[in-house]
Amino acid sequence: MKPLEPSPGQSDEKPGIDDKETGLPVLKTWPSVYLFVFVAFVLCVLLLTILTRAFP
Amino acid sequence: MNLLDYLVLFGTMLGIAAYGLWRTRGQRGLSGYLKGSGKTGWATIGLSVMATQASAITFISVPGQGYQDGLGFIQNYFAMPLALIIIAAVFLPMYRRLNVYTAYEFLGQRFDAKTRLLGAGLFLLQRGLGAGITIYAPAIVLSTVFGWPLGLTIIFSGLLVILYTAIGGNEAVTVTQKYQIMVIFLGMAIALVVLLRRMPVGFGDALAVAGAFRKLDAVDYSTDIHRRYTVWSGMFGGLCLMLSYFGTDQSQVQRYISGASLRESRLGLMFNALCKIPMQFLILLLGVLMFVFYQFERPPVFFNQSSWKSAAAHNSAKFHTIEQRYAASCQETEEEIFFWLVSRENGLDEDGQQRAKVVAAHEQSETIRAEAREAVQAADVHAQTNDGDYVFITFILAQLPHGVIGLLVAAFFAAALSSKAAELSALGSTTTVDIYSHLVKHGAGDAHYVKASKWFTAMWGFVALGFALFAHLAENLIQAVNIIGSVFYGVVLGLFLVAFFVKWVRGTAVFWGAVLAQALVFSMYFGLKNTPHEISYLWYNLIGCSACILFSVVIEAAGIGKKAVGG
Repeated sequence: MKPLEPSPGQSDEKPGIDDKETGLPVLKTWPSVYLFVFVAFVLCVLLLTILTRAFP
Repeated sequence: MNLLDYLVLFGTMLGIAAYGLWRTRGQRGLSGYLKGSGKTGWATIGLSVMATQASAITFISVPGQGYQDGLGFIQNYFAMPLALIIIAAVFLPMYRRLNVYTAYEFLGQRFDAKTRLLGAGLFLLQRGLGAGITIYAPAIVLSTVFGWPLGLTIIFSGLLVILYTAIGGNEAVTVTQKYQIMVIFLGMAIALVVLLRRMPVGFGDALAVAGAFRKLDAVDYSTDIHRRYTVWSGMFGGLCLMLSYFGTDQSQVQRYISGASLRESRLGLMFNALCKIPMQFLILLLGVLMFVFYQFERPPVFFNQSSWKSAAAHNSAKFHTIEQRYAASCQETEEEIFFWLVSRENGLDEDGQQRAKVVAAHEQSETIRAEAREAVQAADVHAQTNDGDYVFITFILAQLPHGVIGLLVAAFFAAALSSKAAELSALGSTTTVDIYSHLVKHGAGDAHYVKASKWFTAMWGFVALGFALFAHLAENLIQAVNIIGSVFYGVVLGLFLVAFFVKWVRGTAVFWGAVLAQALVFSMYFGLKNTPHEISYLWYNLIGCSACILFSVVIEAAGIGKKAVGG
């Protein structure tokens, strides 16, 4: 990968702090947040499949 | 619409725009203009990302799609949670670490100037060409229904969005989007509640009726690639589309890189990953429930009543006969549905015979609707025969109280303005940062680039306005632009995936890999179009992305890129 080059129009601000903490009450790490979102998605697909099959 | 509706409509639209301008007054510096205050929280980012994706067409057409085809369209969004997880975990930290204004700056830092220009160019071409559609599409529906002059509707909404986007920059877009999406949610929620209250049968029976007409078929596990919406096309083709749209399209990247911290930006994306499928489900369900409602309340035979009346003026006897036959058929369907519901409740329809009668009666009504469409087209060859876009607005005008009608129309405009503002802001910043400051005026100060960015944003706004005003002359062009736009995304995503994951591939290889992949996608699209082998457009995202990665790797491995760099 090339080293960073200053370019016209590039921001003069420092990058934000890479928060390791999610700040959420139960889901403390980012992998746990992603897992939660993924499980919620699987649940959605499951419920939609049940809805589809409920009216054959 | 009466005075109260107009007061609600203009009060909402102008009030939000004025508030956006007031909130961003005194804001200076390129970073402030392109990224905002740097204090944006996750909720604002989440709503802003949602508002950018949800154009007016989402709220006008999708209920109509639910009405006509049921819930199947939901599969188009199945890949979104996965795509947003990947973006939050991989793309976003990289964008924030490099502190870029545009996604294409990252390509320049990772590869070289020509790859950056290729990425920015593909974005500008795709978004710039389609710039008028987000204004034109809702304007044509609303002006047709309300009898407003189309040009005036376009100019009013276009100038309003240009004004606050060009002056207030990204911060104004984010601030206004938050309130615009709230108006949209409120309007849609009221419409759903009114619909349920006016439904002559209970919610369970309404679902049973919808199920009988196969409107609740939300998922299709078929592996037939010719079907437009299946779980697999949504997951695999859709994953590339969503990754490309949310991860590489500047109109979205600009939304979430403006967060106060990586944490806020990530939470904003996760908010969308959780909410989008349920939200889209509710919008489609609204359409499905409208379908059920109109089984008990006779709908117009053709929802675009303006076109219908205009066509009927040529041969009123023929159109009157169609209306009468349709009314009789709807009456028969309604009676059969009530009889079926009673039979079902008493366990008297276990063999499904009564249900079959319901379906047969409805098919008869649909045959008459097809005749109506043919009659409209016979009267005017240019008339649009798909009246799906007019279903929801017809329901709103006929069933909702005054004041709420104004709020719903304001919601449609809010959706149009919020997505348009994000597009204009992204077009302006990409033109300034990736083209102007890079190729034309290198090393000028912040104030100069802010001024340039304002002018470029306004310029793209006027391009969009011009396109929207003359779009009626080129209906087919609009369709072509939409389709061509969808075949760009895969290749752009390929560029970024190589940048993130294939570290040994360099600029020249990925540049030519992308050019070849784009040529392949174009030749496949135009070669297969209107043939029995035509495939769902979602698959072109996967093909373009895979081809770009493969060609880049092969070119680099063969040493072609190295030779080009060396020599």
